[in-house]
Amino acid sequence: MNLSRRSTAAAALAGAAAFALIASGCSSSTETPEAGGDITLTVATFNDFGYTDEMFAQYEAENPGVTIVHNRAATSNDARDNFFTKLGAGSGLADVEAVEVDWFAEMMQYSDRLADLSDPELADRWVQWKTDAATDADGRLVAYGTDIGPEAVCYRSDLFAAAGLPTDRDEVAALLEGDWDRYFEVGEEYVAASGAAWFDSAGATYQGMINQVEFAYEEADGTVIATENPEVEAIYTDVLNASSTLSAHLGQWSDDWFAGLANGAFATMLCPGWMLGVISGNAPDVTGWDVANVFPGGGGNWGGSYLTVPAQGANIEAATKLAAWLTAPEQQMTAFAAAGTFPSQVEAYESAELQAATNEYFNNAPVGQILIDRSNAIGVAPFKSVKYFPINDALQRALTRVDVDASMSIEESWEQFVADVNAL
Amino acid sequence: MTTTDTGRSAPRPETGHPAPATGSAPDTGLSAPLKKKERSVRRIAVSQTLSRWDVKVSPYLYISPFFILFAITGLFPLLYTAWVSVHEWNLIGGQGDFVGFDNFAFVLSNPPFWIALRNTFSIFLISAVPQIALALFIAAVLDRNIRAKTFWRMGVLLPYVVAPVAVTLIFSNMFGDQYGLINNLLGQIGIAPVGWHSDVLASHFAIATMVNFRWTGYTALILLAAMQAIPRDYYEAAMIDGAGMVRQFFSITIPQLRPTLIFVIVTSTIGGLQIFDEPRLYDQTGQGGASSQWMTITIYLYNLGWGQLNFGRAAAVAWLLFLIIIIVGLLNVAITRSIAKAS
Repeated sequence: MNLSRRSTAAAALAGAAAFALIASGCSSSTETPEAGGDITLTVATFNDFGYTDEMFAQYEAENPGVTIVHNRAATSNDARDNFFTKLGAGSGLADVEAVEVDWFAEMMQYSDRLADLSDPELADRWVQWKTDAATDADGRLVAYGTDIGPEAVCYRSDLFAAAGLPTDRDEVAALLEGDWDRYFEVGEEYVAASGAAWFDSAGATYQGMINQVEFAYEEADGTVIATENPEVEAIYTDVLNASSTLSAHLGQWSDDWFAGLANGAFATMLCPGWMLGVISGNAPDVTGWDVANVFPGGGGNWGGSYLTVPAQGANIEAATKLAAWLTAPEQQMTAFAAAGTFPSQVEAYESAELQAATNEYFNNAPVGQILIDRSNAIGVAPFKSVKYFPINDALQRALTRVDVDASMSIEESWEQFVADVNAL
Repeated sequence: MTTTDTGRSAPRPETGHPAPATGSAPDTGLSAPLKKKERSVRRIAVSQTLSRWDVKVSPYLYISPFFILFAITGLFPLLYTAWVSVHEWNLIGGQGDFVGFDNFAFVLSNPPFWIALRNTFSIFLISAVPQIALALFIAAVLDRNIRAKTFWRMGVLLPYVVAPVAVTLIFSNMFGDQYGLINNLLGQIGIAPVGWHSDVLASHFAIATMVNFRWTGYTALILLAAMQAIPRDYYEAAMIDGAGMVRQFFSITIPQLRPTLIFVIVTSTIGGLQIFDEPRLYDQTGQGGASSQWMTITIYLYNLGWGQLNFGRAAAVAWLLFLIIIIVGLLNVAITRSIAKAS
């Protein structure tokens, strides 16, 4: 889950904690087992995993002597900074740490610092590509999958109606069926009719496009090809050309962007499962948002996370048990209901509960079935190695310079991106 | 001196006999009275020694906690950072090969460092200069006989109490490019929206505003305290000589405030060059803007160390920042000294 900086306080906390760590050498949030066998387990997540207090209370009731403390960072970036700092320091991490798929490969380099979670009983719990990515070279499974981010398209049916476009979600799906050019084409129609923007930002749209490329920034052997890969440059250029007329020029996760979610600044946006919760949470009074069972260029996955158990923890066994419980299909279904985090657990797809799940905010859309279909449409699992995160970050900045700041031309910004990547 | 005293008389009976321990009676019989004698002599010597030490060493002992603490929390990290900066050093992997000054060379030869330096100084100047001027003015007003003195003085300090994170969250929202309060207000009076998050100077101005919001009152109170220590006779004499308020301010208040002003300027320089919270929280990514519009040196350091996990380079930046602060600090002192001499 690639998420917002709503409460930046957490960012500051993470930063302060990082400095405190450097200064003091170590600190620990993990309590050692107390006399009566009572233990406190800390769980660190970011944004909204959909883990409710009731879930933790239930676990505490079922496992006497266990107390759970749940810490949430604001964004995936904050969680990453915190995670790597404390992984390096050798102490201070929570007993169960959530990690996001974008910096997962970076973390896998240090898989020996994570507890081995392999368990024959759980081997078939997740979709295969999710498990494969979490298995290191020695065959140790170091992370349990939580959610995946199959993408659909969210749209404002009220704005569609005003612009003379169909509003029914099946008709919208049929309208947008096709490749990215088709998506931009309909966008031009909408912009011509309404004068407003079609999508939120070049950055978010690019994210959907690049996640359909198997080897975007790195070859299978880890060689960085980001700056020479014609596919990347083509997507970059296409999305920016389209953005000049179609984008609302709102940097994703900025204050302006959140305001735009509610005030109708744009009519569509790419919607991974977890984005549904972001929209309904930040534009609670808007009635027009709906979600269509379609995605340009086929299918795509954006984000998704894992739970790990750092080997530095004092209660590895108890933490592993908790992580296994949290990632069980039943708990993931509860999380899905709370935050729209779509399960990576195979069994969940069979459940009538998921198939029948609807979302009242999105005009009672059958989100369960839509996301199952979108999940089945995912054709490519993008290869993300060590440098994926910093390179993608540099490219997002390149897009922002053109789309949001309007401070550089497409070519200038690309050159800057090349320089940034070379400096990594 | 005492050591030579004991050295002269004491060692003989004790060390002069190489093997006294075997319990030979004459030996002990001989040394016991001798020892007694020696002991009484030495007691005076020891107490003298102690009192001498007391005079010489105690002052250092009394202030040693500060220096010990400084060595642990200041000097050690400083030297350790220097050690890190000449190595390849990954945040997680730890120490790598010794690379000499390669990290410094990399940092100095790449544009981001110079952009960061430009931003840091720009934000520092835009914040510090108006801040001290405004603080002087506020302090001068509060120094007058006004009603509800304590109320105004506390009021001035209020923004300082608000957590910087909260200040930044509110301000960066107000400075939103498209839907921010300030651009809305500007629109009302017919001024085109300002790109607070895209334009270099505008972003510096916005960040400087947050800094000033927080620190002006604090600086004003320090200056006010110094102003109240200025003997009132000076003002009376000046008044009798016919000096107006403005003349009094520039000819009495400002010169009398010089030591305090130096203190304020030096501390605000150190703080200003290390500015982190405000630029870090100014937008959603916290990296100082897509084209590094408001990336300060500390943000650059953070991006290198925690973003790219490259501690070697981050440590090099930290040391460069340290040197820059020392240079600027010395410049400050030199300039204020020469002004002091001139007047």
